[in-house]
Amino acid sequence: MEILVLIKQVPLDSNVGVDPKTGVIKRENAETKLNPYDLFALETALRLKELAGGIVTVLTMGPPQAEAAIREAFAMGADAGYLLTDRAFAGSDVLATSYALSQAIKAIGAFDLVVCGKQTTDGDTAQVGSECSEFLGVPCLANVQTIEVIDPGAVTLVYDAGNSFIRATVQLPVLISVDKDICQPRLPSWNRMQASKGRVVKKITLDDLADKNRSHYGLDGSPTQVVRIFPPEHETTTELWDDGDLASRLFSFLQEKKFLQELA
Amino acid sequence: MKTILVHQALIPNPADAPKLCPFGAIAFQEGSVSITEQCRLCLVCVKKGPRGAFELQEEQATSQRPVIDREKWQGILVYVERYGRSIHPVSLEMIGKAHELADKLGQPVYAVVAGDAVAQVVEELAHYPVDVAYVYEHPAFKDFRIEPYTAALEDAIGTLHPSAVLVGGTNIGRMLAPRTAARVRTGLTADCTFLDIQKNGDLDQIRPAFGGNIMAHIRTPNHRPQFATVRYKIFDAPSRSPQAGQLAVVHRTLREQSLHSAVSVLSETPKGAGVFIEDADVVVAVGKGIGKRENIGLFETLATKLHGQLACTRPLVEDGWIDPRRQIGLSGRTVKPKLIIACGISGSVQFVAGMKSSDCIVAINNDPQAAIFNVAHIGIVGDVFSIVPALLDKLAKRG
Repeated sequence: MEILVLIKQVPLDSNVGVDPKTGVIKRENAETKLNPYDLFALETALRLKELAGGIVTVLTMGPPQAEAAIREAFAMGADAGYLLTDRAFAGSDVLATSYALSQAIKAIGAFDLVVCGKQTTDGDTAQVGSECSEFLGVPCLANVQTIEVIDPGAVTLVYDAGNSFIRATVQLPVLISVDKDICQPRLPSWNRMQASKGRVVKKITLDDLADKNRSHYGLDGSPTQVVRIFPPEHETTTELWDDGDLASRLFSFLQEKKFLQELA
Repeated sequence: MKTILVHQALIPNPADAPKLCPFGAIAFQEGSVSITEQCRLCLVCVKKGPRGAFELQEEQATSQRPVIDREKWQGILVYVERYGRSIHPVSLEMIGKAHELADKLGQPVYAVVAGDAVAQVVEELAHYPVDVAYVYEHPAFKDFRIEPYTAALEDAIGTLHPSAVLVGGTNIGRMLAPRTAARVRTGLTADCTFLDIQKNGDLDQIRPAFGGNIMAHIRTPNHRPQFATVRYKIFDAPSRSPQAGQLAVVHRTLREQSLHSAVSVLSETPKGAGVFIEDADVVVAVGKGIGKRENIGLFETLATKLHGQLACTRPLVEDGWIDPRRQIGLSGRTVKPKLIIACGISGSVQFVAGMKSSDCIVAINNDPQAAIFNVAHIGIVGDVFSIVPALLDKLAKRG
């Protein structure tokens, strides 16, 4: 079984703010980590490998520093890692990112299963997986809760369709994105980290892709454009209560606003 | 292609240069500053960096991006998500918004419905401001399966040429919208919290980014249709008119090949009535400020007393204290109750994004600087553990 996991390096914390006057983003911390949702994807892949055998490969797109995310995946047990990196990918939106990833996947080889996390903590779009599946020409299923059976031809799983849970069998290859809590991710192991120290993270650049047309990638390949960024608004007028019998005041307020009607 | 040129000599403190970039795209390595793949060309470095150090370089001509003919793309299309024989309320909310936008331009609202038996859904749609419904009725559409549903939406887009397509940000919508947007090679903006339309048909989309700490205004100027997803309870549902309107229904048939799917649905288990914090009129929300897990009971009692639901912030779900379905915020649910009482919640932007449209927001927090007070209508600076028990006491005496 050939399993590929898509991972991403994200800022350590998303607590950034915007200076309302200048429109400049203020970021306290430039440190990064592996997207927490990807840990569940990686753990899912590693467990499937233990069950069905095979190889777990990870792929990320990002700057050269994103190699750290792949090293972390190695320390959890991933067998091989690829870093898709090229200046041509700068400014990619969802479409351009998904297209570049799908091109890289095709360049790496054939996979039975591609696993993604639910979303990233920086972009929060939860769309790259589904767009990739389209470019790969494979079906996709999101919000996967449980994988029941996997055999060389198909996988049986349960996914959360919103109003209901659906149990389905899908023929391979397929791209799935797994929900948080599908399993408990293992911790990176020091031994595996040491053992994988010399392992090469293979770099993939535009030249390695079948489609080398620059206009399909990066800013040129991105239909969406950010017009501006601004801080969230706070328009509400707040009545502050900080002394007296606060509970009584709240009680009277609730009564006055008719929130206690049904209690009578 | 546009790029940023770096003039090293003009940067007085190169080690500080990375701090300039909101996207972490400025690297300082081995004594030199460079722009990495993370660059979104936001030009903050050009405008705010040392004078002349960062220069925008525009390479002319090479990209022959075709300019789209806006006249050919008109109307707003809403994908109607169906659950059994009923319409998901998010679809109605989007029909309301689509109507508002289309009205500004004097253009039609289209709806797309797929299913194995959709007569009832189509009949219901006639009570809402929809001009044309494209209906895909076939046993292959009984359950949602990505391939046939994408084919249906693709067919409607290819035939109707809508200027914009709105899809609910539900679990299903988040599979269907990206898949279809990728197929027609257009831009998709996820989880928009604001939508407006320009006279030329360009959709103004605003969505939270960086976990909601920043709002981004996004346009898709050179591609059609413009795809956006919107989460449940962001927009108001239009009122249902008692009279069915003039809805033109068009039945479409797809080739058998397009209806094929690699997915076979074995069974479906409806979620229990259980918790739907979105539907509650009163919500009592708790955050880390409640201290320990054992204290949840107190707030549960308050919620019950007020005939409401208990909800929480993300950290409480991450610690396993409370069911994820009760989480409010960007990575949880969006609620819009008549009353929300936020207890021990500092008010992160992610949380606030999921509740700020509530009719009445009461916040109790002992930190007068807590951000939650920026959105609260009533901000109570005090100890939840003295206020809530005293309030419960009064409620008990009354009842």
